[in-house]
Amino acid sequence: MMNDATQVIQTLKVNGEERRVMFPAHHTLLEVLREECGLTGTKHGCELGECGACTVLVDGAPVLSCLVLAADLEGADIQTVEGMAEGQTLHPLQESFAELGAAQCGYCTPGMLLTAKALLDECEQPTDEDVAEALAGNLCRCTGYAKIVEAVQWAAAKVRGDEDGAPADEAVFGKEIRS
Amino acid sequence: MSDYSLEGQSPGGRRQDLKLIGKAYRRVDGPAKVTGQTVFADDYTAPRMVFMKLKRSHLPHARIVGIDVEKALAMSGVVGVLTGRDMPDTFGILPVSQDEHALCPDVVRFVGDPVVAVAALTEDEAEEAMRAIVVDYEPLPTIGSVQEALNTPEPRLHEYGDEGNVHKRITMEFGDVEAALKDADLILEDDFFYEGNTHLPMEQHATVAVPEPDGKVTLYSSTQTPHYLHKALTKVLGLKASHIRVIAAPNGGGFGGKSDPFNHEICAAKMALKLGRPVKITLTREEVFYCHRGRHPVQMHMKTGFTKDGRLVAQHLQTALDGGAYGSYGVASTYYTGALQTVTYKLPKYRFDSIRCFTNKPPCGPKRGHGTPQPRFGWEVQLDKAAHALGLDPAQLRLKNLVEPGEVTANWLKVGSIGLRKCIEAVVEGSGWNERYGKLPFGRGLGLACSSYLTGAGLPIYWNHMPHSGAQLKLDRSGGVALFCGETEIGQGSDTVIAACVAEVLGIGLDDIRLCVADTDLTPVDLGSYSSRVTIMAGNASIQAAERAKELIAEAVAQRLDVPKGRLVFADHRVFDAGDPETGMSWQEAVQCAESLHGTLGTTGSYTPPRSPGRYRGAGVGPSPAYSYSACVVEVEVDPDTGLMRVEHVWMAHDVGQCINAASVMGQIEGSIYMGLAEAVMEESAFKRLPKNRSAALVHKIPSMLDYKSPTFLDMPKMSSYVIEDPDPNGPFGAKEVGQGPLLPMPPAVANAVFDAVGVRVDQVPIHPHMILDALAAKAKGRPPRFGPGAFPAFDFGTPLKVPTPDEGGDGKATNPEEAGIRKDQGTMPETSNTGGPRR
Repeated sequence: MMNDATQVIQTLKVNGEERRVMFPAHHTLLEVLREECGLTGTKHGCELGECGACTVLVDGAPVLSCLVLAADLEGADIQTVEGMAEGQTLHPLQESFAELGAAQCGYCTPGMLLTAKALLDECEQPTDEDVAEALAGNLCRCTGYAKIVEAVQWAAAKVRGDEDGAPADEAVFGKEIRS
Repeated sequence: MSDYSLEGQSPGGRRQDLKLIGKAYRRVDGPAKVTGQTVFADDYTAPRMVFMKLKRSHLPHARIVGIDVEKALAMSGVVGVLTGRDMPDTFGILPVSQDEHALCPDVVRFVGDPVVAVAALTEDEAEEAMRAIVVDYEPLPTIGSVQEALNTPEPRLHEYGDEGNVHKRITMEFGDVEAALKDADLILEDDFFYEGNTHLPMEQHATVAVPEPDGKVTLYSSTQTPHYLHKALTKVLGLKASHIRVIAAPNGGGFGGKSDPFNHEICAAKMALKLGRPVKITLTREEVFYCHRGRHPVQMHMKTGFTKDGRLVAQHLQTALDGGAYGSYGVASTYYTGALQTVTYKLPKYRFDSIRCFTNKPPCGPKRGHGTPQPRFGWEVQLDKAAHALGLDPAQLRLKNLVEPGEVTANWLKVGSIGLRKCIEAVVEGSGWNERYGKLPFGRGLGLACSSYLTGAGLPIYWNHMPHSGAQLKLDRSGGVALFCGETEIGQGSDTVIAACVAEVLGIGLDDIRLCVADTDLTPVDLGSYSSRVTIMAGNASIQAAERAKELIAEAVAQRLDVPKGRLVFADHRVFDAGDPETGMSWQEAVQCAESLHGTLGTTGSYTPPRSPGRYRGAGVGPSPAYSYSACVVEVEVDPDTGLMRVEHVWMAHDVGQCINAASVMGQIEGSIYMGLAEAVMEESAFKRLPKNRSAALVHKIPSMLDYKSPTFLDMPKMSSYVIEDPDPNGPFGAKEVGQGPLLPMPPAVANAVFDAVGVRVDQVPIHPHMILDALAAKAKGRPPRFGPGAFPAFDFGTPLKVPTPDEGGDGKATNPEEAGIRKDQGTMPETSNTGGPRR
């Protein structure tokens, strides 16, 4: 029976902080982050590995936290959305997502941000196709994805130190009508 | 406040008098959403909280014979159960469809209907206990489609409704359609089918109910309509309304799927009151699919007459909705499949017949566009067919028939501003329509379609004379402004809209405003985030409250500065003399002046839509303070060997009246293109009957996010969007809706583009490759090059409600209210000759 399940006591390293947590051995990283660590920024949309909302970084790589057991992650370096900003200073991705409205309902946003961060950590100047490919496992129902691609590219530009990386006016205000 | 770094001007640069409105700026909820700090319903927790699960029916229609909870109650961690006996009162979103129980007492009507609620100390234990509950059923006959519902008047799924298993029957006529059609040069008759689909919000529904020591209860819930949930809770719990508090958490997407009061919300409140401790329930993704309330599958028959130069003569539209097991918004949805046919193109005479049937499937309700994408699909495809038949350009045909600003339509809808001409011109120009349409190589094509949508429903869901939206401002010596409003943020940006309206009027920044929203105890009532109503209604209410605050402050500042009140300007965090800008004071000093003169400061604002001219039964669905307009062109590539089709590029122009936040407007347009594309080529809530030896249940074919195909990043076409601003006098600063309208033209534009690409018609959505191949095969054999549904179900609607049109000198009333719906041969059902139905 599930409720007789073995509890494990383990050290998890989340956002650079080590904490001792106790949880049922069958609980996923998603459950342990939300319920034992109080890090509710990580979202769930299906708990079956289908939507990408629960994506976190494990040793820098995007992982669906609903599909991995927390018990398997002793010693791993786990990063959640709560660990992206430095104090009150937002990560460039967080800045550009907020600026462009790439977060509408905001529910897929933490997973998007972390998947995009893994891409930017690997690739300084991705093409739009690279961004689409990297984020294709993360569903969003609000944005039509356009603002997310633009936000990732803007953030990539900021990380490169390129000051002219903001999207074109027509991305925000619409195309100009000539006639 | 952080302005958008591009410091761009408002589109078209129309309103240079406005400081904030029309610009692009960061949403007020943006920073919390990118840092994981937004608290969604499932993120709430409370001391002593327990977890609840619902035992749902695995049968589509059955009588409950027995419920055994003994084993579950004995399990570790289990603290309580509820059954239908604990909540005997019915509820439902519409007063005319109070047909749901929080837990089914006697009969289950679809796979997923809840029967027992169980709570335990952990979610795991609640799940285990739920599985240990045994319900004995006696199966009943099942109905899986409109045709089966018509063929099976008995047994009835519900004891109410217009007849048999027909929940709602409508027939109305505006002018004599058949007589008018005699003068038409071209009459087209088409059958269309629009498959049902679902909202698929990323967030699963969740609720936390917290009892209070004095017998009150507070609900945190992912709901778009806290006010209507409040009413349903009051009815079923039997508590005073003032003892129930509903707080709508920011919704992780809604799209209409969180607009009904739900079983799990009522059960959580009841369980919390019973146990005296907080209760949480979060639905699984599979449960979200079965709770549904999504797009109705609709079959349509459309008969329209045209003159040879392309003017519309008259239309007779028939629609049949597969409603699922309960009423939900269905009566409104049924009216909506006909109500807005008249607000885009001038239709001099119009008849509309419709039925909504009960079936043993999850109930359908409102999804983005509520009842109108289905007839819009048929309408715009038929216009494309008419253009071909008459040798006219599809864009020109539409331009020829546009409704005039300020017009009252044949069915008595008063239209305001119309920017549709500009929308059409923009996408025609952008797509190179005139140079490329009809001239692309075989396999590539362009399609055009337009649409219009409500900016808020003219009437509330229950009859009353109170405002549809209210706002309240509290200002004090700190210079801070608290804005209280019942509106609900579902991702569309409504929090930012109301804050921007107040900031604009008072000349302050968004960061000076503290929002308190969607709390039935603390905020004035707003009816909810549905029907694209929040910008116009909560926006106008907020503006009124701000104007009243401005008046109080102006009075005090005028006295202090000895300047005429009318000369004071509120801008850039200052209040100053327009004639001498140096004479003035800071915003904070101005508020202090006002607090000194008037005492504690507070104002209210409210909004009620204007009265609509229609006075006939059914005239309540369709009126709106303003209508938005969209035009779109899509380009597709079709492989004639495989039927595979890809949408390559979408040009969308939307008349939003006036942007409040340009960045949010663009986000809504792009999100609508996405969801419209999804409905055109992918998404469907299709059901199948299991074999008899496996319960014959009607189950969802695809209740998972993997199998319910929705577009990913890789499926998106190039999007070119145009923002058209034709301000409406009823809108806040002229603003109209943008959240739903741009979805509507996508499905027909795609179907029309397929025709341009390969010369065949697919008269249903979603369009799958096999449909294109079937139509191409038919074409090759010399048969009509079409894939689509068979004939509309045979049904005698009886005598229509006759309403003379404004052109005929009518007064908005029906001339025959007593005769309407009466059949010549009253009492007998017509023969059901047709077994066609939609083709799958």
